[in-house]
Amino acid sequence: MNIFQTITAQPWYVEQSIIDNQYVGRSSTAYAKKIALRVFLGVVAILFILMLVAYAGRMGYEDWRPVPQLKLLWINTGILISSSLAMQLAQYAIRHKKMDAMLLCFLLGGSLTIVFLFGQILAWRQLSSMAYFDITIPAIGFFYMITGVHCLHMVGGLVAWGKTLTTLLKNVDIAKVQNGIELCTTYWHFLLLVWLVLFGLLFAGDNLDLVLRLCGIR
Amino acid sequence: MVQTGHDASTFAPPLEVKEMELYHPKTFLGKYIWSQDAKVIAIQYGVTAMSIGFVALVMSWLMRLQLGFPDTFSFINPSNYLQFVTMHGMIMVVYLLTALFLGAFGNYLIPLMVGARDMVFPYANMLSFWIYLFAVLLLVASFFVTGGPTGSGWTLYPPQAILPGTPGATWGIILMLISLAFFIIGFTMGGLNYVVTVLQARTRGMTMMRLPLTVWGIFMATILALFAFPALFVSAIMMLLDLTLGTSFFMPALVSMGQQGEHAGGSPLLFQHLFWFFGHPEVYIVALPAFGIVSDLISVHARKNIFGYRMMVWAIVAIGVLSFMVWAHHMYVSGMNPYFGFFFATTTLIIAIPTALKVYNWVLTLWRGDIHLNVPMLFAIGFIFAFIHGGLTGLFLGNVTVSVPLSDTMFVVAHFHMVMAVAPVMVVFGAIYHWYPKVTGRMPDEFLGKIHFWGTFVGTYAVYLPMHYLGFLGVPRRYYAVGGTDFIPESAQTLNAGITIAAIVVGAFQFIFIYNLIRSYSKGKVANGNPWNATTLEWQTSQTPPVHGNFGEKLPSVYRWAYDYSVPGVVSDFIPQNVPPSDVVMEDKGTQAGRGSTS
Repeated sequence: MNIFQTITAQPWYVEQSIIDNQYVGRSSTAYAKKIALRVFLGVVAILFILMLVAYAGRMGYEDWRPVPQLKLLWINTGILISSSLAMQLAQYAIRHKKMDAMLLCFLLGGSLTIVFLFGQILAWRQLSSMAYFDITIPAIGFFYMITGVHCLHMVGGLVAWGKTLTTLLKNVDIAKVQNGIELCTTYWHFLLLVWLVLFGLLFAGDNLDLVLRLCGIR
Repeated sequence: MVQTGHDASTFAPPLEVKEMELYHPKTFLGKYIWSQDAKVIAIQYGVTAMSIGFVALVMSWLMRLQLGFPDTFSFINPSNYLQFVTMHGMIMVVYLLTALFLGAFGNYLIPLMVGARDMVFPYANMLSFWIYLFAVLLLVASFFVTGGPTGSGWTLYPPQAILPGTPGATWGIILMLISLAFFIIGFTMGGLNYVVTVLQARTRGMTMMRLPLTVWGIFMATILALFAFPALFVSAIMMLLDLTLGTSFFMPALVSMGQQGEHAGGSPLLFQHLFWFFGHPEVYIVALPAFGIVSDLISVHARKNIFGYRMMVWAIVAIGVLSFMVWAHHMYVSGMNPYFGFFFATTTLIIAIPTALKVYNWVLTLWRGDIHLNVPMLFAIGFIFAFIHGGLTGLFLGNVTVSVPLSDTMFVVAHFHMVMAVAPVMVVFGAIYHWYPKVTGRMPDEFLGKIHFWGTFVGTYAVYLPMHYLGFLGVPRRYYAVGGTDFIPESAQTLNAGITIAAIVVGAFQFIFIYNLIRSYSKGKVANGNPWNATTLEWQTSQTPPVHGNFGEKLPSVYRWAYDYSVPGVVSDFIPQNVPPSDVVMEDKGTQAGRGSTS
C-alpha cells in the first residue's frame, strides 16, 4: 500500500476493515535498525545542509574571502572513496559467503577511514600554519567546523565499525554480522556523499559561488 | 446487513509480527533506575520535566513580582530579572514541554497504543533519558557558576548573548549551549525510537489510519523535532566556537569603550535564521502532540467518534510541513526585504487553514455528543478556548503591518503564552488526569481536579487577557522597569499588579494538582483497567498498571479504528479496538460488527 492509499483509507468502514485486518503491523520489510539508520541519515543530512546554507548566506557579504585550497584534501578524498569502496566489497563478500574476503575488506575500510581522519588533522595543521590563517575569517571558521563535524560523524561510524568487528571476530551470528556490515556500508557511502558535496562546493574552489550564479541566486 | 466475523489472525501469517526480545532486569536499580522499560522511562522523563518546570514557574513569579511591584523586592535586580526571563522561557519550551510531550507521553503511550511490547531500541531509549537528565543538570549548574545563568533572553541572540555586560556571558551561556547540545543528542536517540516504533512495531491489524490521533500527533512532532533540532544544534556549536575559539560566525566587528573587539565579519542575522528555523517548528513540536491528545480526550469523554479523522491526520501532516516555511515571521523587525516578509506572512496565514480545521473538528465532535464534564474533558475544553484565543492573536502577529508596531510588546508575550503555554498545559493536565488511572491504578480526586481546573483556567485568563491590552498600550517586554514613560498611563501599573496577583494565585493552584497526584497514589479510588470506557489499546491491558511487556502472553490483534463510540445498534457505547466483530453485542440481534456496518 503506498502512502497515498494509506492516508486516504477510511478505517471506519467494514469494507476497509476487512483489508486492514490482514495488515501485519509493519510499514516496511526492512529491519528496525535499517529504518532507524535511514531516519538518522535524514537528520544528519539536514545538519550538513544547514551548515551549507549558512556558508552560502555568509558568502553574500562583501568582505567574504574563500578558504585557500589544500592539495592534501584531494588525497584525503581519494582515501575516503577507497574506504567506501572497501566497505561495498565487504558487503558483497558477505552476501556471497566469502568470509575471508569480507574480513579483509571490512578491516581495510575501517583502517582507511582512520587514515582519512589523520589526513584531515594534517589539513587542519597545514591551514593553521599558513600566513593567511586567521580564525576570525568566517570561511576558515566554517572549514574547521564543517570538516570537524564530518570527522566526528566518521568517528561515530568507527565505533559502530568496531562493534561489528567484535561481533564478527566472535563469529556468533552471521545474519547479525551481515546486518552490521550493511548498515556500516550505507553509513560510509552516505558520509562519502556528504564529503564529496562539501569538498566539491566549498573546499575544491569557489564552486558554490559558481552554482549559485548559475541558478541565478547570486 | 452484510457481516463477516473476520479474525485478523486468520489472515496474517502467524510469524510476521515477531516477538521482540525484552530485557528482564532483576534488581531494583535495573527495574526503576537504569530501566529500559518505556513506561518507567516515561515517568522518569515526566518527573524530571515537571521538577525543572517548577523551577521555571518560580522564576515567573519572581519576574511578575518585579513587574507588579517595582522597587519593592531588593533581591531582584536588572541582571537576575533578565536571567529569570531567559531561563523561564528556555526551560518551559525545551526542557519541560518538549520533554513532557515527547519523552513522557511519547514513551508511555506509543508502545501501548500501537500494541507493542516496548520501544524498538530500549537501550537507546534509556540512554536518551539519562542524557536528557545530564542536560538538565548542566542547565541547573549554570545557576551556581560565576556570573550565574545567561540573561540574554531565551532566543540567545548574538552578539548580546556573549558580550561582556550581559548576565552570564561566560559560563552561563557556555553551560546553556552545551546543555542544549546534549538535550538534542538525547532527544535524537529517543526520537528515532518513537518513529521506528510507530512504523515497524505496530501490532497485527494496526494500520497507520487506525492509529489514535495521540500517536499521530507525537509521531509527526517527533519528525519535526528530528529535522528542526539540527538547526539549534548547529547554531549552538557555532556560538560556542565564537565564544571559546574566537571564530566569527555570528559576531560582527564591534568597538566597545573605544577598543576594537576580537571578532570581525560575523552575521548576527544568520543566527536568527538558524534559531527560528528550529524555533517555529518547536511551537508545533509542542502543539501537535497536544492536538492529538486533546482529540482523543474529547472523543472519549464526549462518547463520540472524532469528527473528520482523516482530515485531522492530514491537518497534522500539513501543519508539520508548513511549520518549516514560516520561521522568518519572528524576524519582521530585522530589516528584511518586504517581499520576504510578504512571503512569510502568506505562509503563516496559510497554516491557519489546517489549524482552524482542527478546531472546527473538535467543536463538531462535541456537537450533540454525550459530554461527560469530568476533569479531562474540562481541561480539553479549556484548551480549545485558550488555543482559539492564542490563534486569533496569531493572525495579528502574522501580518507584517500589524506585527511591526506590536513587536517586542506585552501583546506578543500574551499571544504566545495563550497559544504555547496555557493551551498545551491544559492538555498536559487533561492528559495526566485521563491516564493517571492507567499509570497508577488509582483514580485522581475529581473534586480537587475540578478546583484545579477552574483556578488554572480562570487564573490564566486573568493573567493573559489584560496583558494583551498592556501590549496595545506599548508596554515593552523584557524590561526590568519602564520608569516614567509618557505613553504608558499610570493605570498600566495597576493592571500589572493585578496580573502579578493572578499569576501567583494560578501558581498556588498547582499545589492542589501536586497534592492530588500524591494523595490519590495511595488513597485514590482503585481504578479498573478501563475506567473511562475507552477503545484504545492502552486501556485493554490485562494488568493495570501494565507490567513490563505490556500485553501479557499474546499481543492484541486490532479489528477497528480507535473511535468506535456510540455506534448505532450496539449495546455498549464503545467497542475496544481489539474486540473482534464476532464479539460485539447488538441491541436486537446476536453479534455484529461496529461502525460502518454495511446494509
